[in-house]
Amino acid sequence: MNYNWNWKIFWAMSPDGQGTYLDMMISGLGWTLATSLLAWAIALAAGSVVGVMRTTTLRAAVRAASVYVEIFRNIPLLVQMFLWYFVLPELVPHDFGIWLKQLGNAAFFNAVLCLGFYTSARVAEQVRAGIQSLPRGQAMAGRALGLTPLQTYRYVLLPEAFRIVLPPLTSEFLNIIKNSSVALTIGLMEVTARARSMQEFSFQVFEAFTAAAVIYLLINVVVVFGMRLLERKVAVPGLIAAGGAGAAT
Amino acid sequence: MFSNFDLDVIERSLPYLFLEGMKFTASLTLLAMSGGILFGTLLAMMRLSSFRPLWLVASGYVNLMRSLPLVLVIFWLYFLVPWIGQWITGSPRPVQVGAIASSVITFTMFEAAYYCEIMRAGIQSVSRGQVFAGYAIGLNYWQTMRHVVLPQAFRNMMPVLLTQTIILFQDTSLVYVISVTDFLGAASKVAQRDGRLVEMYLFAALIYFIISLAASRYVRTLQARIAIVR
Repeated sequence: MNYNWNWKIFWAMSPDGQGTYLDMMISGLGWTLATSLLAWAIALAAGSVVGVMRTTTLRAAVRAASVYVEIFRNIPLLVQMFLWYFVLPELVPHDFGIWLKQLGNAAFFNAVLCLGFYTSARVAEQVRAGIQSLPRGQAMAGRALGLTPLQTYRYVLLPEAFRIVLPPLTSEFLNIIKNSSVALTIGLMEVTARARSMQEFSFQVFEAFTAAAVIYLLINVVVVFGMRLLERKVAVPGLIAAGGAGAAT
Repeated sequence: MFSNFDLDVIERSLPYLFLEGMKFTASLTLLAMSGGILFGTLLAMMRLSSFRPLWLVASGYVNLMRSLPLVLVIFWLYFLVPWIGQWITGSPRPVQVGAIASSVITFTMFEAAYYCEIMRAGIQSVSRGQVFAGYAIGLNYWQTMRHVVLPQAFRNMMPVLLTQTIILFQDTSLVYVISVTDFLGAASKVAQRDGRLVEMYLFAALIYFIISLAASRYVRTLQARIAIVR
């Protein structure tokens, strides 16, 4: 191989005038994290609601939640990204659409919404599986104690279910971080997009993509480590083996 | 809202969308699936090997691939494959591979990591007694794998393998980032040429939705059928 390696490139000034190439990658990391975290908040909230709906006895709620999950699961993320970014502003009332298009950081908001709802369908399936893996007696005991259905979910079913699905939720969280790279197609300047433009400016292809790969690997390590701490912290003695080893995945 | 919805643009571009775009999407899915399952199975056997270097290489590869976003891997291999080609053939300059061949290589290598984890679970789902029985009647490792373990592992894992293939089918749309004309790429080209983003993207979404939904329904019936046999 006669490729010219030049790791010092990261300290060279980038032509976008914002500092060095290293600064550029770090700013990409910021966008990746901001997008993933905000989207995760949406995914967790919407996913929990939809997941719970699928376990209720209300037929309409179960049906609506199933349709929701199937729609978001069976359309590729990239297509959903385009639907949010290009199609949605055209379908809403005209003035609102204009406002959407002129919004600063439109790519960022669309990426957050798209990733959030896309992942919420997956979270919903995990939450549903978690609730359904509980013995039926748990819900019955809740009702027997005189709790309302809402209280049964709040105080009995959900605390147990969330502990069980913590490991699969960790991998969904890792997925949302990885999937945020798809947002480069609508112009979000996250890590992969930064590596791509660094490659175009400097022609140091492999340094740029190595930097991006290292950043993703580091995020992975931090998330896995953090979630393991969380699992240990919330573990209920005797319920699930510490560290989530006995989780029903 | 839908007042100037133009169905005609979809009708006009149907041959292009399906004969060019969907043909590529389907070939890429099938090639990457076959290649991915083949390499994935080999990787799984390596990961279950008691020979440490093999285990190390396979685990390292699978964990690396699974921690990186597919988009990044597509870029990586798009630029790396010509250099590897040069290294293998010993030619004086990087070999021109082209985006299509590069995307087939990328998806095969990337999906191999995911298929590996499925096949590993599949091999582990076959009871130890089966392996011992294979050795007891005088088969060697490869024969035991080929005639005893892998057929059962494939059978047990068929629904999961197919589900992964549905995910692969959806992920192939990401070749958009290296400007390959797959189904979405074709839709996108028409959309931009005719200024009909709404129609084309909604239509693309609908087609992906129908195919994926039908496939996942089929997987569900398959799952039920296998469950009875076992």
